[in-house]
Amino acid sequence: MPQIAQLADTYASQVFWLLVCFGLVFFVIGRGLLPGVVSTIDQRNKQIADDLGAAEAARAAADAEEQAWRIAEGKQRAQAHALIAAAKADAARNTQAALEAAAARIEETTAAAEARIAAARAAAQGEVQDVAAQAAQDIVSRLAGLSVSAEDARGAVQGVLAHG
Amino acid sequence: MFLRVTGTSTVAEGKVDPVHQFTIEPLFGTDHWSIAGHNIAFTNSALWMVITTLVLIVFVGGGAKKAQVPGRWQMAVEGLTGFVDTLLQSNIGDAGRKYLPYVFSLFTFILFANLLGLLPLALVGIHPFTATSHFTVTGVLAIMSFAIVLIVGFAKHGFHFFSLFVPHGTPAVMVPVIFPIELISFLVRPFSLGLRLFVAMMAGHVLLEVLSGFVISGTNAGVGTFFLAGVPSFLLMIGICALELLVAGIQAYVFALLTCVYLNDAENLH
Repeated sequence: MPQIAQLADTYASQVFWLLVCFGLVFFVIGRGLLPGVVSTIDQRNKQIADDLGAAEAARAAADAEEQAWRIAEGKQRAQAHALIAAAKADAARNTQAALEAAAARIEETTAAAEARIAAARAAAQGEVQDVAAQAAQDIVSRLAGLSVSAEDARGAVQGVLAHG
Repeated sequence: MFLRVTGTSTVAEGKVDPVHQFTIEPLFGTDHWSIAGHNIAFTNSALWMVITTLVLIVFVGGGAKKAQVPGRWQMAVEGLTGFVDTLLQSNIGDAGRKYLPYVFSLFTFILFANLLGLLPLALVGIHPFTATSHFTVTGVLAIMSFAIVLIVGFAKHGFHFFSLFVPHGTPAVMVPVIFPIELISFLVRPFSLGLRLFVAMMAGHVLLEVLSGFVISGTNAGVGTFFLAGVPSFLLMIGICALELLVAGIQAYVFALLTCVYLNDAENLH
């Protein structure tokens, strides 16, 4: 086994060159290059953590914004509903009033017309009585030669009319 | 390296030496490179450690861009970093961050050394060397981890660190028995840490070499043995190769994980 057979001859060389090489590795890589690598990794991890934090905060803000918008929208919707309801009530009231006015006007017109009709009928009735009384006077004077006063004739006519 | 049958000293009387691949061959500096009398020749082992280091530096350097949106390469480096960081975080907690440079270096160095040693470069005549298959290498890494645990433990808790050897809720009468047991299990840690990696890497490479020896000997012995031993061994080698890739990752992970666990003892004394 050369490891043992050559031990006495080579151990100094082995140890020396190992220390030289490992020393180089330790100081050039371990002390020289590695801190840069580590700081780069740490910086990147920090950057990622910060970015994730910022994204989280932005999402929270967006959520809050949306919530606020929802509340505002609800409020506006309620307002709009109230406005519509008020407008509806107003319109209904106006319609009601207009209908009532129209109904009153119609009532009035109808009443006037009926009064006119009644007056016309009464006038017509009176005319008919006058004509009938005159006719009765005429008939009596012609047939019986009697002269009947206008009042009597009228009374007779009225009596006949009343008795049908 | 399991295909190196034509190498000069690998083939002795037509046999494959499965541990020859672990031989350290000096490349240059054998004669006069020394520190305090110890020879520090540049060997094939040192060469592959240097290659591991360079590949690692190129890999991490290429991915160490600071782009906010990473490309593939940067993603790979950041994934690896994040993996080790998670390991430390889950074992030690927030205090584990300061060990990231060390544990990352440890994990990636072992991982790359393991993987580079498995490359089938022998096909083009280059023999990869797995530095982590030598306990001199894994032992130094283990002692380093253990030393850091001791330093952190005593610096942070002083002599109170010895309470690590008395698990929480131990009855007073049991302390004299538990203390030595815990102490021994603590002191065994660097050995188990270093040997585990060394044994796992060596065993895999030896297994592949032995199987490739079966393929070659079986094929040379005739058609019958080719189909009886050569083909099944080759099919098994394909599976073992995949397993070794897994082991390369797992052993690097285990080494880093245990280092984290031990560091947790030192950092957060129970």
